[in-house]
Amino acid sequence: MTRPSRIVSIVLLVAVALLAAYPLAGGWLFPVKHAFLLQKLTGIMILAVMAMSLDLLVGVAGMVSLGHAAFFGLGGYMLAILSPQYEAADLWLVLPGALATVAAVSAAVGALAIRTSGISFIMITLAFGQMGFYFFNDSKVAGGSDGAYVYVRPAVEAFGVTLVDLDSKVAFYYVALGVLVAVYLLLRTLLASPFGRVLAAIGVNEQRVRGLGFDATWYKLAAFTIGGTLAGLAGFLAAAQYGFVNPAMLSWHYSGQALVMVILGGMGTVFGPALGAFALELARMGFESVTEHALLPMGLFVIALVLVAPRGLAGLLERLERGRRR
Amino acid sequence: MILETRGLTKAFGGLVAVDAVSLVVRERQAHAVIGPNGAGKSTLVNLITGHLPPSDGTVLFKGRDVTGLPAHKVARLGIGRSYQKTNLFPPLSVFENARLAAQSRLTHSFRFLRPAAALATVNAEAVRALELCGLADKRHRPAGEMSHGEQRQLELAMVLATGPELLVLDEPLAGMGREESERMVALLKGLARDYTLVLVEHDMDAVFSVAEVVTVMVNGAVLESGPVDAVRASRAVQDAYLGDGSEAY
Repeated sequence: MTRPSRIVSIVLLVAVALLAAYPLAGGWLFPVKHAFLLQKLTGIMILAVMAMSLDLLVGVAGMVSLGHAAFFGLGGYMLAILSPQYEAADLWLVLPGALATVAAVSAAVGALAIRTSGISFIMITLAFGQMGFYFFNDSKVAGGSDGAYVYVRPAVEAFGVTLVDLDSKVAFYYVALGVLVAVYLLLRTLLASPFGRVLAAIGVNEQRVRGLGFDATWYKLAAFTIGGTLAGLAGFLAAAQYGFVNPAMLSWHYSGQALVMVILGGMGTVFGPALGAFALELARMGFESVTEHALLPMGLFVIALVLVAPRGLAGLLERLERGRRR
Repeated sequence: MILETRGLTKAFGGLVAVDAVSLVVRERQAHAVIGPNGAGKSTLVNLITGHLPPSDGTVLFKGRDVTGLPAHKVARLGIGRSYQKTNLFPPLSVFENARLAAQSRLTHSFRFLRPAAALATVNAEAVRALELCGLADKRHRPAGEMSHGEQRQLELAMVLATGPELLVLDEPLAGMGREESERMVALLKGLARDYTLVLVEHDMDAVFSVAEVVTVMVNGAVLESGPVDAVRASRAVQDAYLGDGSEAY
């Protein structure tokens, strides 16, 4: 849980620079697919935020959740519910409202879930996630199983001046990139803080943390709530991007996919799961462009990645660093 | 007195692991608890430190009833414990292990934004504890990569870093080689000057050289308790635990 090594810092800076440059160069590099790729990359950056938020629970604190998508989906649904139908919602009202709701729900769910650990924790988070799924699937709230549209994207205004036009695909892309970088830096700051150090220790040996005099329960609850809220932020962005929400956003498939990103990326490193999101989604996109049966090569890709990098992409990078020093 | 137990009892189903144990530990005293395997020594430690709730009886720390308090509250009141089985954060550095222990003394660690590395008093406390236990030069190594003896020393350093008034040490010499043992005994003797110790131990020589008062437990109950020499001479203790008298004791 120390600072990322030099090679990792360089890789991350290059990756962010490439992402920042893409909207400028993409039209020239990929004239046909530029608009599609711009949208795809925006979506991946949002998934990366979700994967990092899950890493706080799974990789750092050792709480394997299979219900994380519930908070992602709830964040999206809150945008759909809080938006007026025919005009743009005010982001300064809708975003805090959505995040506060997700925070309250994840604190309530967390308060019950963290009483358990290990397999029981997986099962109880799965159960809560599915409850969230069926809540939106079977009720009249926001269109039931059909989902709901967000007709007008929220506006970012201050004193009547439009600061960011989220209807512009490029502007939205940069918002997603900004959120990705901000959430990464926030999580790194958290992990370096006294709170984060205790959380990391809980992930290694919870009983010893209690023996030292820390009330582990509060740390785990805070982590669960922060992770859930950040997933809600990702879901909010996803709903704003696609202009549509449906119950599938809360489903356990989505939770499982985020978990795969965390594991393949490298648990507990924060940047690893973000890399995992990119690797997985870009590979899927590549396979889908050459075959209709993309799931088969996807499976082989995941197996190969696990064999080559048992500690995830992050572990692979750290190994490169150590190899170079020798 | 700093610690007192009255009729402390723990039953697991039909098995009474600790049977009405009453102890009195005075301030700055080194009090050893000895007994054969299965005598209930570790369970007694778990009852005193809140790791297990007792079935009956009370624990008083500095006159305050701490019976049944959760482990983290007992630790905060000033009872530091070490574990029979090495119980560390193996992937973290030696320093971080001690630093976490020292951080537990902050009124609360619910601080999210300032880096933990900037907590100067916590760092100083961690370094002091590591120096006391002879680990200052190993602070950057992952705790899990050190030798068994060094890990036991770190275990002790972590207890000290929490700034306790009473140390409850569960077999600090467990699994140590002769040389490691000697170093640890010297360390314990030094600590006995500044702290109140409750020392649960197997190793007779160590116990008799460090402790002033000895309590002998057999089958969960106290067989004998008193000054080292008196207990060493006791017929009942010799029969039950130290052998039949034909050996050195």
